[in-house]
Amino acid sequence: MHDPRFLLAVVALPFLGSVIAAFLPARSRNLASSLAGVIALASAAILVAYYPLIEQGEIVRYALPWLPSLGLDLTFRLDGFTWLFAALVLGIGALVILYARYYMSPEDPVPRFFAFLQAFMGSMVGIVLSGNLIQIAFFWELTSLFSFLLIGYWHHNQSARDGARMALIVTGAGGVCLLVGLLLLGRMAGSYDLDAVLASRAAIQADPAYLPALILILIGAFTKSAQFPFHFWLPHAMAAPTPVSAYLHSATMVKAGVFLLTLLWPVLAGTESWYLIVTTTGLATLLVGAWAAIFQQDMKGLLAYSTISHLGLITLLLGLGSPLAAVAAIFHTVNHATFKASLFMATGIIDHETGTRDLRRLSGLARFMPITATLAMVAAAAMAGVPLLNGFLSKEMFLAEALESHSGTIIDVLLPYLATLASAFSVFYSVRFIHQTFFGPPPVGLPHQPAEAPPWMRLPIEILVMACLLVGVVPALTIGPLLANAVASVLGDRTPTYSLAIWHGFTTPLLMSVIALVGGATLYILFRDRLNAVERSPIIGRLKGRRTFEAVLAAIVNVARGLHERFGTRRLQVQLRLIIITALLLGAVPFWRLGYSRGPLHDTLIDPVFGLLWMLGGACAVAAAWQAKFHRLVALVLVGGAGLAVCISFIWLSAPDLGLTQLLVEVVTLILLLLSLRWLPKRLPDIWPEGRKPPKVHVRRGGDIALAVAGGTGVAALAYAMMTRPPPHSISRYFVENAYSGGGGTNVVNVILVDFRGFDTLGEITVLAIVALTVFTLLRRFRPAPESIELPDQQRRQNAFDEASEDHAMGDTLAHYLLVPRVIMQWLFPVVLTFALYLLMRGHDLPGGGFAAGIATSIAFVLLYMANGTRLVEASLSVQPVRWISAGLVCAVATGIAAWVFGYPFLTSHSRYLTLPLIGDVPLASALLFDIGVFAVVVGTTLLMLIAIAHQSIRSPRARKPAQPATPEPQAGGRA
Amino acid sequence: MEMLLSLAIGVLTASGLWLLFRPRTFQVILGLSLLSYAVNLFIMAAGRLRSDAPPIIGKDPASADPALYADPLPQALVLTAIVISFATTALLLVVLLASRGLTGTDHVDGEDGES
Repeated sequence: MHDPRFLLAVVALPFLGSVIAAFLPARSRNLASSLAGVIALASAAILVAYYPLIEQGEIVRYALPWLPSLGLDLTFRLDGFTWLFAALVLGIGALVILYARYYMSPEDPVPRFFAFLQAFMGSMVGIVLSGNLIQIAFFWELTSLFSFLLIGYWHHNQSARDGARMALIVTGAGGVCLLVGLLLLGRMAGSYDLDAVLASRAAIQADPAYLPALILILIGAFTKSAQFPFHFWLPHAMAAPTPVSAYLHSATMVKAGVFLLTLLWPVLAGTESWYLIVTTTGLATLLVGAWAAIFQQDMKGLLAYSTISHLGLITLLLGLGSPLAAVAAIFHTVNHATFKASLFMATGIIDHETGTRDLRRLSGLARFMPITATLAMVAAAAMAGVPLLNGFLSKEMFLAEALESHSGTIIDVLLPYLATLASAFSVFYSVRFIHQTFFGPPPVGLPHQPAEAPPWMRLPIEILVMACLLVGVVPALTIGPLLANAVASVLGDRTPTYSLAIWHGFTTPLLMSVIALVGGATLYILFRDRLNAVERSPIIGRLKGRRTFEAVLAAIVNVARGLHERFGTRRLQVQLRLIIITALLLGAVPFWRLGYSRGPLHDTLIDPVFGLLWMLGGACAVAAAWQAKFHRLVALVLVGGAGLAVCISFIWLSAPDLGLTQLLVEVVTLILLLLSLRWLPKRLPDIWPEGRKPPKVHVRRGGDIALAVAGGTGVAALAYAMMTRPPPHSISRYFVENAYSGGGGTNVVNVILVDFRGFDTLGEITVLAIVALTVFTLLRRFRPAPESIELPDQQRRQNAFDEASEDHAMGDTLAHYLLVPRVIMQWLFPVVLTFALYLLMRGHDLPGGGFAAGIATSIAFVLLYMANGTRLVEASLSVQPVRWISAGLVCAVATGIAAWVFGYPFLTSHSRYLTLPLIGDVPLASALLFDIGVFAVVVGTTLLMLIAIAHQSIRSPRARKPAQPATPEPQAGGRA
Repeated sequence: MEMLLSLAIGVLTASGLWLLFRPRTFQVILGLSLLSYAVNLFIMAAGRLRSDAPPIIGKDPASADPALYADPLPQALVLTAIVISFATTALLLVVLLASRGLTGTDHVDGEDGES
């Protein structure tokens, strides 16, 4: 295959499958698993189709420009090494999916499992195929997130939750370090593109930022690959379902760290700091992991520590810095993935069939499940490094490298002995794993009677074990070419000559292998009985990684809580005062440093009418502030007065659009606040204990007044200084010049809203829609305070009058109240609607537009409600505000998308004039369609909020009892 | 005119701030309304005061001299702000009503402290 675009599919397909699986019904185990399997195989097939290109040593690249100006492209890149790794991820992924189909219980929500698993697979392939450093970090974080979800899949289980959280925190923290390290690396290389980075080895290693970048990247890789001292999360992650362990802890998650180290090996390796840090860490991990694995009683725990140890081995090899060691590292990565995945799966079968994974309880299973036993034995032998199996080959290479001199430090001297020791440990725990489980007397007291697993569940293990065997027996025919491609793409012209033969003659490495095999087996025979009594690993069991982790976590939480208690407050008034004081101080700083002066422009002459207007407006504002506590209605009217002054000012200052919209919004806001008044408590004058206000209150109010006056003065001074200076050049000029030629409208403000900044407006109407739905939802569960439930005073008096008069039926007075205005209001309905339509149509050229028209329309409806009462209106007219909102949003978005159809960017507009009979020229821009969307959203939003709050008054008193949910059905009288 | 409008903005701000510091929800809502008037006028003033400039441009390209017209940018900003502040007011109002229903008080903290 030569088309690089399919690389995107390799990464995208698993994510697609994940989304589909997420929507499958919870019981569809077969469908979800087959879908996942097909997707994994399809991705793998694409990969295989690229193999001919890879074989020729080519690099397949595919870049999607994303933010080219910042050097950020979505780049996918495939070379020999990443091909091998991706094949491993997808191949073992497919096998794990098959295995999981039989492992997962039908009681579990299996599609969710496959959704997580595929998303994880996609992220892992994403890391492997990324051709950009930042992209690697992105997919890296994704693997952390999805592994969190996978480990915590059985979230009813406390240890699963804890393990998942620990894994997320450790690897997530490492991910942050990695991101910073990669950013540094990109800066040193001058590009985030992987190929460019790989080509600038000399520049990077000479850079002073090399060491910090190296340390940060290593922390990221070590946390992910569970290297000492970050290894403690891996055993706790064993609370995951076994397929997850088989996948994450053999071929993928923990291999991401060593993958990255291998990938960046050409750039980072070869320095002294690299050698010291990486080799030491790898060696420590190798020994600690192998030592701890010996003392595990849980089979998965043993495998977890063994994984840690093998990862340490790979890290150690990479740390050595010699090309041959790198070859061994790559080879061992592949081998470990195959035998460890099969061992995890075999453990899962044993757990599944017997109900326990405790080595002390298991025994003699070989006679109950002979096939599984054979498979596990072969895989464990590969883990131990027995000849004719793949593990032997890479371990031989490792031992040969251990003998070489690399640095001239003490590590050179110790390495051969420590390597043999670690190999012996590895044999030790492998033998223990097999012998305790499968040999000896038949088990007693197991939860289930053991039996052989279904053939399909064994198939993945059979395939993997077959691979171990084939690679071990005929390496040159199987893994040889693949390994050669991988090695060549990592090492380039430094590729060493190496031999994959199984027999190299009687060499020192062979001797070390034999010592390890014999030594390990002897140790097992000597200590096997005593091991079953051990509760924790000797020596390193004291290193309580988990306890330290939790102590650190608790300390951080305590510090945060302490800070919050000391500096936080739950009192809104205090918070607001602090915010305003901060703003005032920050605002004063520039004036204090540079002095205050008015600008050079002369004041324009004061128009006396404008002066009078603002004398009234200011008085209204002050009076509203004064009256808001005891006279809400008065305060509301006064605020309206101030709003009217603002509205007139807008018109005065050549902004008719604003005046219009402000006026309409003023009306709607007023109605909204009026509707809310009846739910507020009656405010009585404060009664102070001694009959007069305590001095504390005076001080507080005095402080508030001072703060308010300071704020007002500051803003006024700022406004004056600003207005007396000439305006800077702004983009207004562009808008005015292009409004008609580019946007097809003469009302520049409207053209800006629906055309130039159409995307902002789209966001804004979305906000409106969300607010309306929130208001609606909040009010559905609204429970008024008990004293607000009774009918309002006025209605009670009217009803009492009806009852007292003989010729009145109950509710007559209410029905006849303000009859003439009501008739006029009903007649106004079509008039206002027409006016709104007019505003909408002319909006592009003359003051008006979707906002104003929408609010005008909702005012028409509100007038109708006020005239006829909620029940009467809704008996004959069904206003569906939610439909208005959705239709509006769809209309606006569709207008934007339509531009794509014609090959333009989202929301590009097109305009022309249409001549209609009688009406004349009508501006018919696509922006008008958008404006209609805005219009519909505004209508729906305003109506939804007003109607929802109006409905509160007519809800049945029965429904208002606190314990019962409210029903929207109106029963009692009353008017909105 | 500049002085006058500055004073108007200042008075609106001061009244709004005073109400913002009050303990009762209704006062806070009114305070926010007054503050938003002040802010809108301030943004409007950022385009400088033009009381005689046409807001609608001509269709002739030659007439599209920006100096002739009112600055459309602050107007567009304020128009957005007006609508959004309406939505904010509505949301705040309903939250406060719900809080009043649940806690039985209209104090901003949901519990009657000192007024």
